[in-house]
Amino acid sequence: MIAFLIKRLFQAIVVMFVISLISFSIQDNLGDPLRELVGQSVSEEERQALRDELGLNDPFLVQYGRFARNALQGDLGTSYFFKEPALEVILKKLPATLELVFGATLIIVLLSVPLGVYSAIRPSSLFSRAVMGLSIIGISIPVFLTAIGLIYLFAIELGWMPSYGRGETVDLFNGWWETGFLTGDGLLHLVLPCFTLASIMLPLFIRLIRAEMMEVLQSEYVKFAWAKGISPRRIYFLHALKNTMLPVITVGGVQIGTMVAYTILTETVFQWPGMGFLFLEAVNRVDTPLIVAYLIVVGAIFVITNTIVDLIYGLVNPTVKLAGKK
Amino acid sequence: MTDQTQILEAAPAAPSAWQRIKDSHLWHSFTRDRVAQISLAIFVLYAVMALFAPAIAPYDPYDPSQIDILNSEIPPSWDEAEGDENFWLGTDAQGRDLWSTILYGTRVSLMIGLCAVALQAVLGICIGLVAGYFGGRLDSLLMRLADVQLSFSTMMVAIVVLAVFQATFGTELYQDLAMIMLILVIGIAEWPQYARTIRASVLAEKRKEYVDAARVIGLRAPRIMFRHILPNTLSPILVISTVQVANAIIAEASLSFLGLGMPVSEPSLGSLISSGFEYIFSGSWWITVIPGVVLVALVLVMNLLGDWLRDVLNPKLYKG
Repeated sequence: MIAFLIKRLFQAIVVMFVISLISFSIQDNLGDPLRELVGQSVSEEERQALRDELGLNDPFLVQYGRFARNALQGDLGTSYFFKEPALEVILKKLPATLELVFGATLIIVLLSVPLGVYSAIRPSSLFSRAVMGLSIIGISIPVFLTAIGLIYLFAIELGWMPSYGRGETVDLFNGWWETGFLTGDGLLHLVLPCFTLASIMLPLFIRLIRAEMMEVLQSEYVKFAWAKGISPRRIYFLHALKNTMLPVITVGGVQIGTMVAYTILTETVFQWPGMGFLFLEAVNRVDTPLIVAYLIVVGAIFVITNTIVDLIYGLVNPTVKLAGKK
Repeated sequence: MTDQTQILEAAPAAPSAWQRIKDSHLWHSFTRDRVAQISLAIFVLYAVMALFAPAIAPYDPYDPSQIDILNSEIPPSWDEAEGDENFWLGTDAQGRDLWSTILYGTRVSLMIGLCAVALQAVLGICIGLVAGYFGGRLDSLLMRLADVQLSFSTMMVAIVVLAVFQATFGTELYQDLAMIMLILVIGIAEWPQYARTIRASVLAEKRKEYVDAARVIGLRAPRIMFRHILPNTLSPILVISTVQVANAIIAEASLSFLGLGMPVSEPSLGSLISSGFEYIFSGSWWITVIPGVVLVALVLVMNLLGDWLRDVLNPKLYKG
């Protein structure tokens, strides 16, 4: 177990190192920091002097070392646009994005498990077929179209839901976290974006749970449980569901990362003031420190979730060879 | 004796190939599956529309001289009050005929989807064959890389790479390169899908006798990999490819929607939807809805075909 843990942590560190290297080379090549500091009128000699002073003429590795040291201390530069530390700007927007992902995850878990299990137990019923048919249509609709459709139906035609923004929020933890979950207005604003984000993963999970469950129901130990006369409810929800959820955990963990990527699309359509929306704005303004900070924060989210999922999977599933060899 | 020579001569002839298709399990299932037939028919229709777009389209959406801004936002022709029979699906915000623009857009979307998947397939197949055939350290390294690459979603990688390129090149130059960039990014980001599946099949095939036989008669590794093992891994490749084309088309549309893909002057279905999104609030629903339906139908038939192929061929796809 220890070896497995160390191996995974080592891999996570290597990946973070590569991400920081990529981020740094982006920062190095994108835009000229001097242009941000001085005007057009400064002579070439002064520019060179300033370059030396700022260490911009140092070798790549020296500059990277400086960048990494600052990054480890949480200093990722100052946003050109907001004139504030880039990391702070990003972290201020993080709660909005995380709440979106959390809401969507809740919807996915609450819907996909019962639907998947039901359509595995009664594969030929009309309802199951409708679920499967709808799920393949769901997979085929790009997330931004789902968003547009929901806005058109529920915000424009019916006028039930707001179409953009977070609405009323409440400050938590001395203003470090603004939540929309505690006000009616905030919750109402969460509904459409969360369903949009959930719509990408929901069909995948329903199909995955159904397929795994059907496989488990064919296995010997379930047949034995039937023969023993255990009640169907116990067999389905205690014996079968446990083994169904194993592969779902791995896929699920990876998909949390994917959801962070799709928040960029969802946030753009709903003008949700989260990280993804901020990132696209930063790209349009060529706000390099902000772009780099976003890359590092999102990279860290990916690496952390994947490592945790790997470890949980290793703990939950006794058949995983913990040495990490396949 | 004569019989034998006849058989030998007849074997590679053309009709037998047709006969073989007709006798195959795939064909048999196809003739019985209404959904697969309709899906394939629709896909062929799309392919024809895309291929002959310049001949079918009444206007050339890339030619500014044929566009009149006064014609902008005309609703489809079945709208009796404002419709114009010259534009049966209406016009977009720039006054382009929507039907022509959709035809050209389908062409762009399909081309990007197919080219990107071709690139994925080439990369993934080569890496998968090498990893599976040689095994050992090389294999674990490549598969670890695939794990890491997969843990970052394609969408994330594509958005970041394209955004950075756009910021570096500036929007103007980027728009000229958009199609190549989209193909490269979507093509490179998804190679592990192929590589893992191919590797899994190679591991199974490698133990079989025909591979030993090929090795014993002294064939080189590349020849064994590509001429002997690869043909036996075709069914998983076929299954993944249909689904991957669908995914690539969705990815392209999403990137274009974000403004990181095809420019409005040379729109794909995604950028067309994106350009219409601004006008949906003012009631011009058709600029968004019609290309949206076209896009969803295309992706849906690809997915249905993929599902059908998976059920029929039932390959051992990489799970996990």
